[in-house]
Amino acid sequence: MSSTTSPRTAAPGPTSGREAAADLEAVPLRHWGRWAAAAVVLYVTAAFAWSLARNPNLEWDVVADYLFEDFVVRGVGITLMLTVVAMGIGTVGGIVVAVMRLSSNPVLRGLSWFYTWFFRGTPLLVQIIFWGFLAALYQQIEIGIPFTDVTFASFDTNAVVGPMTAAILALSLNEVAYAAEIVRGGIASVDGGQDDAASALGMTRSQAMRTITLPQAMRVIVPPMGNETVTMLKSTALVSVIGGKDLLTAVQSVYAQNYQVIPLLVVAVIWYLALTSVLSVGQYFVERRYGKGHGNASMSRRWLGLGVTR
Amino acid sequence: MTASPAPAPAPGPGTTVTPMVEAVGVRKSFGRTEVLKGIDLTVRPGEVTCLIGPSGSGKSTFLRCINHLETIDGGRLSVNGHLVGYRQKGDRLHELKPREVAAKRREIGMVFQRFNLFPHLTAEQNIMHAPVLVRGEPKKAARARAAELLDRVGLAGREHHYPAQLSGGQQQRVAIARALAMQPPLMLFDEPTSALDPELVGEVLDVMKGLASEGMTMVVVTHEMGFAKEVADSVYFMDDGVVVESGTPTDLLDHARHERTQAFLSKVL
Repeated sequence: MSSTTSPRTAAPGPTSGREAAADLEAVPLRHWGRWAAAAVVLYVTAAFAWSLARNPNLEWDVVADYLFEDFVVRGVGITLMLTVVAMGIGTVGGIVVAVMRLSSNPVLRGLSWFYTWFFRGTPLLVQIIFWGFLAALYQQIEIGIPFTDVTFASFDTNAVVGPMTAAILALSLNEVAYAAEIVRGGIASVDGGQDDAASALGMTRSQAMRTITLPQAMRVIVPPMGNETVTMLKSTALVSVIGGKDLLTAVQSVYAQNYQVIPLLVVAVIWYLALTSVLSVGQYFVERRYGKGHGNASMSRRWLGLGVTR
Repeated sequence: MTASPAPAPAPGPGTTVTPMVEAVGVRKSFGRTEVLKGIDLTVRPGEVTCLIGPSGSGKSTFLRCINHLETIDGGRLSVNGHLVGYRQKGDRLHELKPREVAAKRREIGMVFQRFNLFPHLTAEQNIMHAPVLVRGEPKKAARARAAELLDRVGLAGREHHYPAQLSGGQQQRVAIARALAMQPPLMLFDEPTSALDPELVGEVLDVMKGLASEGMTMVVVTHEMGFAKEVADSVYFMDDGVVVESGTPTDLLDHARHERTQAFLSKVL
């Protein structure tokens, strides 16, 4: 645009067009609807909170008593341990199953496909119960040569696979299947030219996978794995059906005796929320590091249309 | 690096030097489409050979066959006297294991149209990576040579830049340095300047000219006729999966005998 303005576009008044334009202020769109919606939501939330606070059945004093009880804290510890162990095994196993799925070996591909099909195709709860009742399927676990009577060692199933082992097995094996799909997507997102370049330099397939493809796939893999961790933390509650000693099992065993069901469940809810909140904060930072970096500090201000963000 | 000539009988009668690349009747199909219909080509050590031709003519596919990034369906293809990707037993060719193929590829450097630098590694790490990982070179020595190679391609001081922080021309020069780090006796270039902005083409071609003048054996798929004319020892014109004609740059580019060659050259010169 040249600086000369035609008389037609000049603002009325003595100022010239250019000066008038410089004084103009851009007013962002005001979102009145959002303010109205926020008011309604606030009102309903306040009403609900009020009714909760005054509900004697919640027994906040009981909640406060139990929140840091030994058995509760121990349950939280077990829940965290289950989450960490299952995610650890799940991630490593997921990478193995994903690499098998992308292998040129049809046997490995088939195995990997079958594994994912089976563990994603059955409910986690059913898998947990299955592992919990493993002894009903195999009373003895024997190590020997199949189809012969030769046995090197024999164990009582219930002695080897207790509730904790069953819980870890069930959660890990299930997570392997989901992690495998995430890893596979991540590997597929890496440009094929990277493999060409690695091959042309004389790298073997495993060298290329370890040092070139997987590090790049991490950008795509890490954010959904954060999600998986939050989901896993909550899924650990399922092992209460086989007495997995986790947080939910702990509060259940107490309210089964003293009938303080609601306050003890509130204790569990507070802990779960606290743990998932911590994980979400962690995930935010991880995503900021690996993700594409959309979203910025001024986002919340723009959302409410709070004037110019400068 | 001892790329000694094979003790096996050299293919072809009367040749005294083992050709760096020798292709005889190389065929290749993708599904039902035959993309290479019997390619014959010979590159002697120290020679620069340019492959030209319209897109889809099979020249890039042929280049990728030379280091077994693509398998071939028939014919003989040998590099430095050794079959590429196969072992001959009697009258059969047995495909080599991936590990053996990987070992052979170390002797062949390759530069790609889209650079294919490793984006998560710095320029220096891109160059050091294969020598350290594949050859087990000590890191210190590899780092020193990376600096040397970066200097050679005119990028001294860019050791710690990531590919995204470099221009296209700079990335391609790092890619050349990366390939050279394995000290290959043969370099393949797959349209190395086609993805570059016009003003960046020169810097890459200059590096390639430097390599050629130092006696590097090179096979170059290119649309840069000026480069072919100035640097190449021989030029092959490919169209529709066959070598239509070949010769010295002057013979082929100025005095093309074949109609298809003339038609192509009239469009690009």
